[in-house]
Amino acid sequence: MTSLSTRHIPDRLQSPMTRATRSWEALLLLVAIAIFIANSLASPYFLDPWNLSDASFNFTEKALIAFAMAMLVIAGEIDLSVASIIALCSTVMGAAMMAGVPVWGLVALGLGTGLACGAFNGLLVAGFGLPSIVVTIGTMSLFRGLSFIALGDGAYTGYPAGFAWFGQGYVWWVFSFELVLFVVMALLFSILLHRTNFGRLVYVIGNNATAARFSGVRVDRVRFILFLLTGLMSGIAAICLTSRLGSTRPSIATGFELEVVTMVVLGGVSILGGSGSIPGVVIAALVMGLVTFGLGLLNVPGIVMSIIVGALLIGVIALPRLWAMWRR
Amino acid sequence: MLKSRETILALAILALLAVIAARFPAFVLPANLAAVFTDTSPLIILALGQMAVILTKCIDLSVAANLALCGMIAAMMNGAAVPLPVILLAVLALGAALGAVNGMLVWKLGIPSIVVTLGTMTIYRGVIFLLTDGKWINAHQMSEGFKAFPRAQFLGLPVMAWIALAVVAGFALFVSRTPLGRALFAVGGNPHAAVYTGIHVGKTQFWAFTLSGALAGLTGYLWVARYAVAYVDIAGGFELDVVAACVIGGIAIAGGAGSVAGCVMGALFLGIVKNALPVVGISPFWQMAISGSAILIAIAFNARHQGAKGRIILKHAEVRA
Amino acid sequence: MQPVLSLRGITKSFPGVRALNGVQLDLYPGQVTALIGENGAGKSTIVKILTGIYQPEEGTITVDGRETRFPTAQAAGAAGVTAIHQETVLFDELTVAENIFIGHAPRTRLGLIDTARMQAEAARLLASIHADLNPKARLRDLGIASKHLVAIARALSIDARVVIMDEPTAALSHKEIHELYDLVEVLKAQGKAILFISHKFDEIFRIADRFTVFRDGQFVAEGAMAEVREADLVQMMVGRAVDQIYPKRPASIGAPVLTVAGYSHPTEFADIGFTLHRGEILGFYGLVGAGRSEVMQALFGITKPSKGACKIEGQVKVIRTTAEAVAAGIVYVPEDRGKQGAVKGLPIFQNVTLPSLSRTSRAGFLRLAEEFALARDYTARLDLRAASLDQDVGLLSGGNQQKVVIAKWLATRPRVIILDEPTKGIDIGSKAAVHDFMSELAAQGLAVIMVSSEIPEVLGMSDRVIVMREGRIAAEFAGDQMTPENLVRAAVGIEEAA
Repeated sequence: MTSLSTRHIPDRLQSPMTRATRSWEALLLLVAIAIFIANSLASPYFLDPWNLSDASFNFTEKALIAFAMAMLVIAGEIDLSVASIIALCSTVMGAAMMAGVPVWGLVALGLGTGLACGAFNGLLVAGFGLPSIVVTIGTMSLFRGLSFIALGDGAYTGYPAGFAWFGQGYVWWVFSFELVLFVVMALLFSILLHRTNFGRLVYVIGNNATAARFSGVRVDRVRFILFLLTGLMSGIAAICLTSRLGSTRPSIATGFELEVVTMVVLGGVSILGGSGSIPGVVIAALVMGLVTFGLGLLNVPGIVMSIIVGALLIGVIALPRLWAMWRR
Repeated sequence: MLKSRETILALAILALLAVIAARFPAFVLPANLAAVFTDTSPLIILALGQMAVILTKCIDLSVAANLALCGMIAAMMNGAAVPLPVILLAVLALGAALGAVNGMLVWKLGIPSIVVTLGTMTIYRGVIFLLTDGKWINAHQMSEGFKAFPRAQFLGLPVMAWIALAVVAGFALFVSRTPLGRALFAVGGNPHAAVYTGIHVGKTQFWAFTLSGALAGLTGYLWVARYAVAYVDIAGGFELDVVAACVIGGIAIAGGAGSVAGCVMGALFLGIVKNALPVVGISPFWQMAISGSAILIAIAFNARHQGAKGRIILKHAEVRA
Repeated sequence: MQPVLSLRGITKSFPGVRALNGVQLDLYPGQVTALIGENGAGKSTIVKILTGIYQPEEGTITVDGRETRFPTAQAAGAAGVTAIHQETVLFDELTVAENIFIGHAPRTRLGLIDTARMQAEAARLLASIHADLNPKARLRDLGIASKHLVAIARALSIDARVVIMDEPTAALSHKEIHELYDLVEVLKAQGKAILFISHKFDEIFRIADRFTVFRDGQFVAEGAMAEVREADLVQMMVGRAVDQIYPKRPASIGAPVLTVAGYSHPTEFADIGFTLHRGEILGFYGLVGAGRSEVMQALFGITKPSKGACKIEGQVKVIRTTAEAVAAGIVYVPEDRGKQGAVKGLPIFQNVTLPSLSRTSRAGFLRLAEEFALARDYTARLDLRAASLDQDVGLLSGGNQQKVVIAKWLATRPRVIILDEPTKGIDIGSKAAVHDFMSELAAQGLAVIMVSSEIPEVLGMSDRVIVMREGRIAAEFAGDQMTPENLVRAAVGIEEAA
């Protein structure tokens, strides 16, 4: 009795290519290219490969965290404690360094501390069902607070020479370890989010966590893994940053969470969850890096840059909405 | 249940005082407790403003930056010999305006408050730098009257403490007895229903942000005058203490639930911890971790109390419940 | 008699949909007007226009013969229009008195809320509707029925002349529904005009004086209830005679698939035991709130039972999570399609393949071609109507969303499918398709559980019916015993029906 004359439903009406060219990412890429051209016209020093390579350091560490944060935000959660995780990882590595732990041990401790912090956040959010925004405001104080307990107003300095490679070393020619790590992680996270079952579940949970659970998805496990991943990436960022600075203070990476969240939002990830992409975040990282570098060439002070970051964060969300209101 | 939450917090504060008093009896002398209260005044005032915002399902992370900017403006106006009453009005108005900017972005453009205030937090601090070029305004650049007002003694308490008490009283009256005050609970508790009862959700959030901003502006003056210094980074990270005070005080982060008494006690709890640390010989660097832990314990505790809202269908279960 | 409020030529559009097209509605003092129509007929839109939430593009609103507009919710309230909603929409953290008076509380000379007077007035209003409630109690400490009373007291407090009741009995028990009917009589006696929206024909015939029928955003008919028969109303609603929407085919019932024994939960249900066979459709009937969905959700791993055992094809299974339920071959099509069923915002094919990702992927990596193939296969079987498989599920009609949810589960090749109110709020066309398909599934040997509150559906589709009351199995009927009278008696408790 089922009607045999079922109508054929096409798979897609729009090819993925068409969709890509009309996306936020495409617009952002144009912006990045425009800034690149503007910078190269404004300053003769801009196009130097070594200068560009140097400039990459001001976004690579944040971008590493932003990849994981993007997945977390797409899944409808947020982690404001990332900068504090960096502080704690760096402090643990510093203390270990003072105790004479070798370089590989420092790296393992940095990664392990990041994972442990992520697991703690994940346990509170996914395990006990507490809202991630307050949990991570709490752990933001707790993790950095632990660094302050350990260090007070002191600092750990004197990292071994071998450790410096992570933040200061070059893999080949102008390509620093951090830059290569950025590219590799961008690829890995793109694959993870856009090509795997796990990535699909992230979108499903971000759009409707209840329906996901009613479809047999282990929602809390996915959330836990995402916090773990964010902790791990913060640990990696901590290794790079500590290595690059060559010292640890409890105030290290202050305000990073703001720039990471801005990068994610600028990259087209909906702060309410459910949509966004890693390529978008990659381009956003480049845009922010280029703007910082360009302003640096113009001798604009750093705090002005933070005003711009704040304005970008609001403006990126506000402008499309203003545009929609104006059109109506 | 709401009652018990505040009772538990009050007991926790008393227990904390008892533990401290056991070894350092001087801490609980009235004069010292008054000093602790005075020291906690800025936190109490800001926490009440934050409470209004959190009740409406929002969060204001820009309060400390707002405070710093208004404090700097107050110090600069003082440098230009503007009389104190005018300065007070100006910081209230400026604070309210900065809060209103947050409110407008949340109301008119529907941007999540965390994004808005994370952004304005850096913008407001950046503006201080633009105004001052990063220079400090020190004690010797401030007039005596400007610095003395918050510390002036009146009936045994400094003016600063009296202002905090007045704000608490006024705020309690506001939330319990004015339509806007009740609307805060309605908007956070059930936004859909609020619309049907003629309450405008966005507008209510706007006023909550404006109020929070005005209180931050007022605190900006008090802070700068009391510590007799103004620079870009004053009260850096203080927004976390403010949110912590609210969360510890039982203000539900999901909006719509909380009390003035709880909020004030949340602030006092943190204030007592902060003041007790040097007394009992623990480094003040412990404070951040303690307040972080207190936030986590408080949300875990609140969640446990709110949880398990399953239906009761069985009759015998109904009797038991 | 002159209507208190009348609407003429009201038109309201949303992107892509014309929700209302030149409709009319008249409400008379002291009379109950039932607004009848299927979901999507425009009933909720008209309520939002009457309460000032939406503005119509065309048409007039006339109050007492004078044309007016409701630009805001306050304006509607000031004109004396108030609504009591499907889910009691009030404020848990406020007191009873504050809920009644929010937005128009009495003030002192200083402009503050006059708490004492407010509580006294609230007590007076509550007494006038025989509600024994403390004005100082917090709303969250009250049950649903008491919250309804507060909502009604609120309607009286603003001196409403028009009271809109939008499915007021949906969440109430049998006894509470009768108390509500009494209240409607009180309101009528006070000369209020009542707009009553309900899907239940029995209650419409019981309390309404007049009816207005909408269909697909159009006005169809109005008149006096005394002059109309149920069949006529149904025909006006659906626009055609309702024939054969229960295409139950005889099925060959096979071996037991699912055996549940002694399933209990601390607060929701107790001693649930039944056996479900291959090829069988087992109906679960009961009043709303009898615990049927709760039992099904426990079988599906959403909630955990405290006691009891569940066997699938003879093997004991412990189901603690939904993933374990799916692995055991039990799937659940939830009642709340929008929140629990479809993942709106994601395309159709991703919704369909969600629980089958392990089959369409390789080593954890997605294979889109496989996904489209699976989605194509199962959506075609359900005769889904959509522009493309890449389309957002949220853009589909309720009936087509339901088809996507069912397709999602069939793709997992389950042994037991539980359908919770499978045709609630979907159009007649899709309803027939869902019923047809259910029948076909059973014929293919799947075991089906159908939870439904619609007696014709239960009787039309089930081989056997279990009736639940207050969290327990009240009765079981098969064959000739399956009559509307038996079902209702068991659902409300025999002594009450007698």
